Amino acid sequence: MKPKWTLLAGAATLVALPVAAQKSSAEGIAEYRKMLEDGNPAELYEVKGEALWKQKRGPKNVSLEACDLGKGPGVVKGAWVELPRYFADTGRVQDVESRLVTCMSTLQGFDADKLAATPFGKGEMANITALATWISGQSRDMPFALSQAHPLERKFYALGEKAFYYRAGPMDFSCASCHGEEHKRIRLQDLPPLYKNPGDGLGIAAWPAYRVSNGQMWSMQLRLNDCLRLQRFPYPKFGSDVTTALAVYMGVNAKGAKSIAPALKR
Amino acid sequence: MMQITRVVLAGLAAAAVVAGCASGGMSQDLDAEFAAMMKSSFRDEGIAKTDRLQQDLAQAACSSPKPPAPEVAKRIEAEAMATIKWPTGGQYFGNWAAGEKLAQSGVGMAWNNETTDPSTNGGQCYNCHEISKQEISFGTIGPSLYHYGKNRGVKDVAAPESAPVVQYTWSKLWNSKAHVACSNMPRFGHMHLLNETQIRDLMSLLLDPRSPVNQ
Amino acid sequence: MADPMRIRAQAAGDKATVRVLMSHEMETGQRKDSAGKPIPAWFIQQVTAQHNGKTVLEAQWGPAVAKNPFLQFIVKGAKAGDKIAISWLDNRGDKRTDEATVT
Repeated sequence: MKPKWTLLAGAATLVALPVAAQKSSAEGIAEYRKMLEDGNPAELYEVKGEALWKQKRGPKNVSLEACDLGKGPGVVKGAWVELPRYFADTGRVQDVESRLVTCMSTLQGFDADKLAATPFGKGEMANITALATWISGQSRDMPFALSQAHPLERKFYALGEKAFYYRAGPMDFSCASCHGEEHKRIRLQDLPPLYKNPGDGLGIAAWPAYRVSNGQMWSMQLRLNDCLRLQRFPYPKFGSDVTTALAVYMGVNAKGAKSIAPALKR
Repeated sequence: MMQITRVVLAGLAAAAVVAGCASGGMSQDLDAEFAAMMKSSFRDEGIAKTDRLQQDLAQAACSSPKPPAPEVAKRIEAEAMATIKWPTGGQYFGNWAAGEKLAQSGVGMAWNNETTDPSTNGGQCYNCHEISKQEISFGTIGPSLYHYGKNRGVKDVAAPESAPVVQYTWSKLWNSKAHVACSNMPRFGHMHLLNETQIRDLMSLLLDPRSPVNQ
Repeated sequence: MADPMRIRAQAAGDKATVRVLMSHEMETGQRKDSAGKPIPAWFIQQVTAQHNGKTVLEAQWGPAVAKNPFLQFIVKGAKAGDKIAISWLDNRGDKRTDEATVT
């Protein structure tokens, strides 16, 4: 008789968290995360993203392999850690997700406005997230090196800094309310200081990331969207200038910090 | 010779433009561009309308890594103090168990919440503060409030000698900027985040000698 | 057709460690949607692993296994160049098989 046995494997079914009296809660959480590292479900999105990059899609039935992410058409390795940047063909500073909308519309024939209006996690927006996940993984462990050569790039840094400190909404929150000081945390979640270089694998260097708590793959656009939601701001449009400016501010501040994207988060 | 002169002149012209940018004209342009960026980047969603981006003095003056000038800070604090609505019937206290629930909840005022009516809102206090010893999941953005009443010698909340602490605490909860112009703490009463009953419950949580906070 | 699995198999000595990341919602059936209706259960019920065509692992899973499950196991006698195939079958009858070569 063949033995029948049940395996209790899985990313989040730990029986007990080792929060011993001597270990701080931060250490316990770090240990739990280390155990999950090997099976980061972000890899599934990387695989999906790579397939989407190479697949002929859209009304024009073309792949994304000629898409220029800033280092020339089709060059993906190293592109992530130089974004957002100025693009001459659009005359705009763009992050990776905005650039994917550009490429998906100009190369593949998708409707750019429809893409941007699609909710996170659904339809083509889920594909954009998977593509961004794969693209970020192609710059794994590389240091952030955003350009400030173009005047528009410098302008966006200045605008991003203003946005970072802008207090508004019924709770008077700005990004700085949480990320404007070192060594602070919200509940048990450490808050990286984003007005300066927070170090390797922190802040902008840690997204896109797979969030274990809700089983979702989050791109930087979604991360910023959710920050602004909890700041009780109105809704930031996808790929809007404020989100790009904030990413430029954080990316330039993080110069030299190693990217660990796609990462794993609580 | 002619070519070099042209290059030098172009360089001087460029330097002049840069020098001009360093003056106030540039920062005014940046302010205008920033305002335009915020206007075009956001839209209404649910209860969160774009008018939330309009700043009052307290918000505008504290939107910089540099603190506002002392006279501006004083003005913010004075204006905030003037907004304090003292509790109806002089009743400062409620139920600390309800207060603990409020301190645990971060619900309310976001675009995915149904209503701006404060009765369903939480105070999200544990996001930033340690409060009771039992709750280990607390933030450190604000100071610890553990033993808040005990540390201030409050043995009887109704006693005359407790009045200054009681009034300070109420005013801090109602409008935190009355005491610190650029406080990170939301203005729970003034911005209609919590109602009178809820603030009374938080008062009890912090000051009632029987509250777990003061054990 | 479900999304592909990520399979890595590394030989060390006379054993190979196989790591599999599966893409699956693993819905328990206990959750309710925003309207209060239960979200139907949808989870992997059976997993098999084959080494060069021979079954070396069979598992029966239930709703306790988390979304996007990660499975790791060791195969004795596997060496570089061998084929590892992983198959799963869920309670809706959906299935997926992916293969990897031991490095």
